[in-house]
Order: sequence, then structure tokens, then C-alpha cells
Amino acid sequence: MSATLRTSADEQRTESRPPLLTIGLLSATALAYEILLMRLFSIVQWHHFAYMIISLALLGYGASGTFLAFAQSRLLRNYPLALFVNLTLFALAAMPGFLLAQQLPFNPEQLLWDLRQPLTLMLVYMLLMLPFFFAANAIALTLARYRHAIPHVYGFDLVGAGLGALAIVALLFVLFPLAALTAISVLGLVCIAVAAWELQTPKRRKIAFACALMTVPIIWQGTTSQLEVSAYKDLSQTLRVAGTRIIAERSSPLGLLQVVESPQVPLRHAPGMSVTAKREPPAQLGIFSDAGGMSTIVQDTGEPQALSYLDQLTSALPYHLAEPRRVLILGAGGGMDVLQAHRAGAQLIDAVELNPQLVALVRNDYAEFAGGIYNHPGIRAHVAEARGYVLDRDDRYDLIQLALLDSFSASATGLYALSESYLYTTEALQAFTDRLSDNGYLAITRWIKLPPRDTLKILATAIAALEAAGVEAPEKRLALIRGWQTSTLLIKNGDIAASEVKALQVFCKTRAFDVAWYPGIKSGELNRYNILKAPWYHEAAKALLGPEHEAFVERYKFDIAPASDDRPYFFNFFKWSTLPEIWRLRGQGGIPLIEAGYLVLIATLAQALLASALLIVLPLFAIKRAAQPGEAYISRVRVLAYFAAIGLGFLFLEIAFIQKFMLFLHHPLYAAAVVLAGFLVFAGLGSQRAQRYTQHERYQRGVRFAVAGIVAIGGVYLLLLDPLFALFMSWPTAAKVALSVLLIAPLAFCMGMPFPLALSSLGEHAASLIPWAWGVNGCASVLSAVLATLLAVHFGFTVVVLLALLLYLFVVMVFPAPIGSVART
Amino acid sequence: MKPCCHSRLCLLGISFVLCVVSSAAGAIGEQEFDRQRAALVKVIEQDVRDTSLYLDKEALDPRVMQAMGKVRRHVFVPEYERRLAYRNHPLPIGHGQTISQPYIVAIMTDMLKPRPDHKVLEVGTGSGYQAAVLAELVKRVYTIEIIEPLGERARTTLLQTGHNNVEVRIGDGYYGWKEHAPFDAIVVTAAAGHIPPPLIQQLKPGGRMVIPVGSRFMTQQLVLVEKSYEGEVTTRQMLPVRFVPLTGGH
Repeated sequence: MSATLRTSADEQRTESRPPLLTIGLLSATALAYEILLMRLFSIVQWHHFAYMIISLALLGYGASGTFLAFAQSRLLRNYPLALFVNLTLFALAAMPGFLLAQQLPFNPEQLLWDLRQPLTLMLVYMLLMLPFFFAANAIALTLARYRHAIPHVYGFDLVGAGLGALAIVALLFVLFPLAALTAISVLGLVCIAVAAWELQTPKRRKIAFACALMTVPIIWQGTTSQLEVSAYKDLSQTLRVAGTRIIAERSSPLGLLQVVESPQVPLRHAPGMSVTAKREPPAQLGIFSDAGGMSTIVQDTGEPQALSYLDQLTSALPYHLAEPRRVLILGAGGGMDVLQAHRAGAQLIDAVELNPQLVALVRNDYAEFAGGIYNHPGIRAHVAEARGYVLDRDDRYDLIQLALLDSFSASATGLYALSESYLYTTEALQAFTDRLSDNGYLAITRWIKLPPRDTLKILATAIAALEAAGVEAPEKRLALIRGWQTSTLLIKNGDIAASEVKALQVFCKTRAFDVAWYPGIKSGELNRYNILKAPWYHEAAKALLGPEHEAFVERYKFDIAPASDDRPYFFNFFKWSTLPEIWRLRGQGGIPLIEAGYLVLIATLAQALLASALLIVLPLFAIKRAAQPGEAYISRVRVLAYFAAIGLGFLFLEIAFIQKFMLFLHHPLYAAAVVLAGFLVFAGLGSQRAQRYTQHERYQRGVRFAVAGIVAIGGVYLLLLDPLFALFMSWPTAAKVALSVLLIAPLAFCMGMPFPLALSSLGEHAASLIPWAWGVNGCASVLSAVLATLLAVHFGFTVVVLLALLLYLFVVMVFPAPIGSVART
Repeated sequence: MKPCCHSRLCLLGISFVLCVVSSAAGAIGEQEFDRQRAALVKVIEQDVRDTSLYLDKEALDPRVMQAMGKVRRHVFVPEYERRLAYRNHPLPIGHGQTISQPYIVAIMTDMLKPRPDHKVLEVGTGSGYQAAVLAELVKRVYTIEIIEPLGERARTTLLQTGHNNVEVRIGDGYYGWKEHAPFDAIVVTAAAGHIPPPLIQQLKPGGRMVIPVGSRFMTQQLVLVEKSYEGEVTTRQMLPVRFVPLTGGH
């Protein structure tokens, strides 16, 4: 890769043919890398910090714009060399970036008082920003170099990214995350070879050979490295105990599963077990998901007494009020709740679990240990998403158990605050209660937290669901009990009878659980065994079931308003009005009261805004110098507004529709992959199509056409998607995926046009602005993802879509057209 | 510390200072730590006053505060964290474990109502700091640590600090310490999924058990388990902070 790479003959050839395959492949690799990083950091760190780290790292795109604003003209003098250097640096930085970053001792819990932590975090950002920076340089330089073919180049960029999203999901089914990282690094090297071939570089054979050689150290590094999981994650903690070891590992895009045995010191996982229990739980195998959130496979030797602990949990309540014969377990995991139902005499149990590898572990690998729980004649294990499963079938159940899936530590610190959950929404509870037989129960067990949060929110959600179903007296259908660690809420399809109340009282008394609500509850029974300063759970239940319902929710210091499908944030309890009070208490052990998940999002936004402002303002000093004689004047404000609005609008729509389609496809992973890939690929095709508008400089016309399409289709979807989904809900998955792609195609096609059209216009009139526009768009995209979640938390996804459509309308008004044709020197 | 040592070197001449410096440097360090510790006790006292509503008391047992003022926390902290030893924060001590926030240690100790004739069991020795604080207040402390290197280190540290009434055992704390049962008080600092039945059995009637619930760095709530003289077990859940839940205005 020397200056001799470039010859005049090369230049002529390359002038007419941009290295489209290279760009497509590079873009695919970079997007796959981004998704993989999210996977990797979710394992070694925690999900929401993974999100923050990767958002900030993606500012590498913005940084590239800033850098090129200064260096573009110099680099374009030898485009092939600049391209090769950036491609090589991308390939070489991808793996060490992660491997070094995971070694840094970053611990989010020390952020507030240990000054070393923010510095470590900065270093993590820097390391991970580099690969994106180099990839973005390569793409932006190509856009600037082939100004006449911007829509073509950008089209390949988008299509490549879309295919990359699909490819990484497929790859993660066959490779463990670190092996996938190796594959991506090797793919980075392939980009170099493809570029050499596309640019017809005379030394292309040598370059290809050098790339082949470079794969050796990369593969060596990949195979000798290990994931360095934070010492404070559940798995690391468990592995400290003598004798524990990982006995099996499974990996898929849904997560890394690690099975742990602990022969010397049993795991004894029995959340919420009564203090009156005499026996400890039997032997268990732990299944850790992404090094956290343990589920267990309980050993069943056939001795009934060994499993007596299952009757000492709050979740055992429904089995004491009736004898449910048909039971549905949603979120079956390792099978503990299934075993509980089986032990209690249920005759038919449907166990639904999302992760097929988890089901396979229990059904096949550890079937003997588990006493064949998933192979028992009366037990059927289904691999499905809970909502989807319930909607797809007409079966009715005497009991539906919504298992306690999240771990206490994650739940208690608000780690899931920003994860959408369609299990705990008003619509979900309505769908579940619809499947109850007459007098059947829906039982929901949650962690007890102080001050009360999720138990009250699920109660409020249950009340909303019952009211929505037209139930006149919800208070007659609800019962709530609590231990010191868990609470169980029962929603009955019918009024709770006096005999059931009696059974409930006995159940609680013998296990030292407290009653918080049932019809006819008396104040003398409250706060008896697990004593709180006041019987808060009962007081809240009374308020929520009374006329003051709304005022109570309004006044409560945490957000306990029911979650809905449009605002599916059950786990977000944050209220701004409470923050100052908690903040004052941070020295006195008040930090855990801060709902971290939400604040991490705000912190991400603040950091991204700050960095973006810097990255966007800096180049303004360079642009003047870089301007070539003959360039037209284009309003900087318009360029900024246009490209920022597109960046925001595009991702708003993409993210909102991922959520909308998730409810249709009922699978978080497939929905995200299909929608993301669909959006990118069809936007790429739209971009290709936009090329025709560049021929007679009909840029603005193209943008108007595209925006009209976006607003029309987006608007129609807002109104019609829900009924349409309802109509096709029972179709087979493949057909639903095909329909989804069909629905996404026209919208995405239009969305792919405004960016390349305006960039082409810049290329024609003021090429020096291209990197800046690229950078603005890069920064806006990062901000957009964070903002979309924030808006959805407060206003719902419908508002996100509406805002996106407004942004696109705004785009038409601020198209950065040249002002007059004043030549500048 | 260093500039100070250097100035002494200049003032006093090499041969004389060489023998003084080693002790002086130590003494200065200790003095500084003493000062920081005294300040920390003041901070905790203030925090307790602020939290009085929740703790149902204006101040903790003066004996507990005395013990907090006496036990040298920096000795229980790894060398590289020592400068932070008297901040009111939890600190990492290696092996994925932490030394709790002093404020939380004080409250937990107070909740146990320790008396000089008491026998206390601790499950999860960690750094040994909590055991040392308890050792100042009770007759004997039995502490069990599951992570071997941690237990060994704590044992050495406790010998160093002269807490001879603490016995450290390495192993599984789930079954308590039968030979020395029953106990007047039990602290379970190692996160427990549930309260181990053997520990409830080994608690004396009228005894108290405290369990902090939360992550390694952050205590979400404290659970106090009380066994009545009739043998009935109740739990009491409390926040370590003065935060009025529900709708305020209480």
C-alpha cells in the first residue's frame, strides 16, 4: 500500500466505478460488529451500560466527519491509499478494541464516588470508537470521491448494513461471541482484498496475500482470548465458591447460557422461601444467562419431600385455593415452576420458554438430573414468546403462572428500566386473563422492594386490565400476599369465594406470609410476620382499588402507572420529582433508590449531546479553508438542520417500528433482525433509485417525492397497523415475516432517498461540506436512538412515529440548496 | 505523606533520620488515619440523626459508635484503596467482594443490639471489618467465609489488629456453626436467596439476625429477623435511609 498504488489509468477506471462491493461489505462488517459488541458487553458488563458504551462508540461516525472536514482534500489526493489505510485500521482495531476495553476495570457501581471510573469509561469509549471511526472514514471518503454516484455508494452502504444485521444473527447461532469477533475481524481483512480487486490495484495479489497473512495473528488472538466478565456479576460471584465449575455452554443471539454445577456448596436457589421452611432445596444446576440472571434445574429424584421447598414459596398460593388441572407456565426457564405445578398435582402443564437452547438443556442434556420434567407425559415444553403463544392458541387454563424471570439484584437497581417488556402490560394481562377457564387464576410473582415498586405497578396494571375487560368490581377478583422477598398477585376469572379466602389465610399463616389484599380483608390481619413501618402494600392496594386511584399513582414517588403496549416500560419506576430527595440521601445509603436504568439513558444522552456539539462545531473552522473556488454558498444552518433531522427521523421510525412489529412477530430477536434488515436493505434500494433524480439535478423534487411517501405511508401505518396485525396474528411465522417485510419495504424505500439526494446536491455545489453533513448525520443517529427510547418512556411509540413524520416534513423545508450561484474563492 | 518525610530528612540529618523516618512515617500515617476515622464517625452520627425517623432513634448505641471509632478500617482494605478507607463508601477488596459502607456497618451492628456477654455468628467474613467491629462489643465472634483466600486474609488481619476473640472458619456458612450454637445474634453478609433454616434454628430465642439485601456495592434494604421467646420468627424490612415512601407528606 504505497503511493505507487495509484496510477492515472487506475484513476480513470475507478472514476467511473466506485468500489461498491467494498463499501457494502465494510458496512455489513461494521454493523455486524456493532451488534456483536452489544452482545459481548451484555455478557461482560450489564445490558444498559453496554447500550451506553456502544452508543458513545458509534460517535466514531460523527468523529470521522469532523476529521475529514479537516483532512478530506489531502486524503482525496490519494484516495486508494486513504481507503486502504482506513480499511486496514478498521480490521486491525476491531478485535483489540474490545479485548482491551473488557480488561479495563470499569465498575458502574463505583461511578458516583470513584474518580478513576469516569476516566476508565472514557478510555473504553475511545477504544471502541476507533473501529467505527475508520469504517466511517472509508465510507465518507468514497462518497466524497465519487460525488456523481453518491446514491449508488450510499445504497450499497445501507444494503450492506442490512445484510450485515441478518448475517450476524445467523453467525451467532453457530459461533460463540468471541469466535464471531474473530470472524468479523477476518471479514474486515476481506474488505481490503475486495477493495484491491475493485480498484484494480496493480499490487492486488500482494495485498490479498498480506491480508491472508494477517488472518493468522487475528485468529491466534481470537482463539487465545477469553471473555473477562465483571467480578460483580452473578456468574463470577458463584464461580468464587470452591468446587463450582461451568459444565456446559450454549450460545445464540438470544444469549450465552452457562450451566454451573456446585457439588461442594449447593446453589440452594429458592427465592422467597418461607422462614418456617424446615428443609433446604435439593441439588440444583444453575443456568446463567449472559453471566447473570440465574435460572435453575432442580434435581428430582422422585422423593416428594425433597421438593417440599416448592410449597414454601409465595407462588405456591394458587395450588392451595383450588386444584388447577391445566396449568400454563410463562417463562419456564430451568423448570422450577413446572416442577412446582407438577408436584401440586396439575395434570396438564404447558411450559413456555423463549430460548430453545434452554429448553434443550433441560429436556435433553440434563433430563436425568431434572427427573425428565420436560419429557413427562402430562408436560409439554414449548419454545415460544409468551404473548405470541397465548394469542396463537385457544386453550384455556385453570392457572397461568407468570414466572419470576429477572434476578433480584438486576431488578432492584432498575437495570431493566429501559428494556421493553410486553409481558407486563395492560394488554398482556388482558390477553392472559382471556385464556383463563371459569374461576381460573393468573398468578404473578414479583420481587419485594423497598419502597414498594413493581408489586404495586403490577397491581395497578391488573386493575387496568380488569377494567378494560369490563369487570365492574376488580377488588373482588384480586388477592395479594407477600413474604419478605417476593409477592404473589392472583387475578381470578370470577369473584374470590369465602372458602378461597379461608385457604389463603391458612396458607399465609403457616408460612409466615402477610396478606395485603383480598376481598373483605381486615386491618387486624396486616403486617403480621414481615413487618414494615406501615402496611404499605395494603394501603396502596386500597388506594389503587378506590376512587383515589389516579391521585395516588400521581402522588406516589415512583412511577407505578400501568405499562401499555405503546409504553412497554414496566420496569421503569423513575420519577424526576423524586430525584432531588434521593440525591440528598446518597451518602446515607440512598444510592440504591436511584433508578439507575433511566439515569444511564439520560447520562448517555448528555454525553452524546456534548460530544456531538463538539464534533459538529469543530469542522466549521475547517470548512471555509477547504472550500474550493467555484463552490456555491449553502447555508450551514440548513445543512445542519437537514442532516440532523434525517438522522433523527430515520432512526425514530426504525426503532418505533421494531417495537410495533415485535408485537406482531412475537419474538424480540427475529422482529429486530427482520425490521432492521428490512429497513436498511429497502432504504438502500431507495437510495439506488434516487440516483435517477441526480441526473438533472432534481434533488429537491426527489426529496419531496420521498417525504410525501414517508408521511403518507407512516400515517396510514399508524392508523392501520394494529387492526392489520390483529387480522393476520394467527398466520404462521414465515408468512408473518414476509408480510412484515412487504409492509416495511415501501416506507423504507422512501426513507433511503433524502440523505443521498441532499448529499449529491452538496457534492455538486459545495463538496467541502460533505464530511460535515456526514458527521452531523452520524451524531444525530446516535442521539436519535437514545431520544427515541426516552420519548417512548414518557409518551409512547406512537408519539415517536408522529415526531419522525414531522421531522421529515421539516426536512423538505430546509433542503440545503445553494443560494444564488455566487462563486466563492 | 512523602513531602513531609523529605522535609524531616532535610531538617534532621541523614544518620539520625534514617531510624526515625520509618517509625515517624508510620506514626504520621496512623495519626492521619485516626483523624480521618474520627471525622468519619462524625459523618455517621450526622447521617444517623438524619435517618432517625426510620431507625426509630436519634443516635446509635454509643458503644457501637465507639467501636466504629476504634477499629482501623484501613487495615482491612487493600493497600491501593487505603487512601479511600475512611470515605463513607463501600470499597472493593478483591475476589469480587467489597467492604461495606461504614454507615451500613454501624447500623447493622446497632440492629443486633450487641452486649458484652454475647456470642455472635457472622456468615460471610469478607475483609473481617464487620467481625472486628463486633469483636469490640461482644464476648466472642464466630465468622465463616466461603472464599478461601479472603478468609485467610481476614484471619491474618484480625490477628494483626489484636481481635483475639474472633474465630474464622473457611467453609459453607449455610449450616451455621453448630458447636457454638445457639447465638445471641447472627449477621448474614453473604447474599442469601433465602434465610437458611439452620441459621434460624441456631438463633437463641430473643435473638436477632440481620441480613443486608442488595448488590455487592449497594445495600437495598436491611432485613432484621427476630425470634421471640416463644420461638416465633418475624422479619422486619427497613431502608437504611430516611426516605418516606408512598406519596410523601407523612
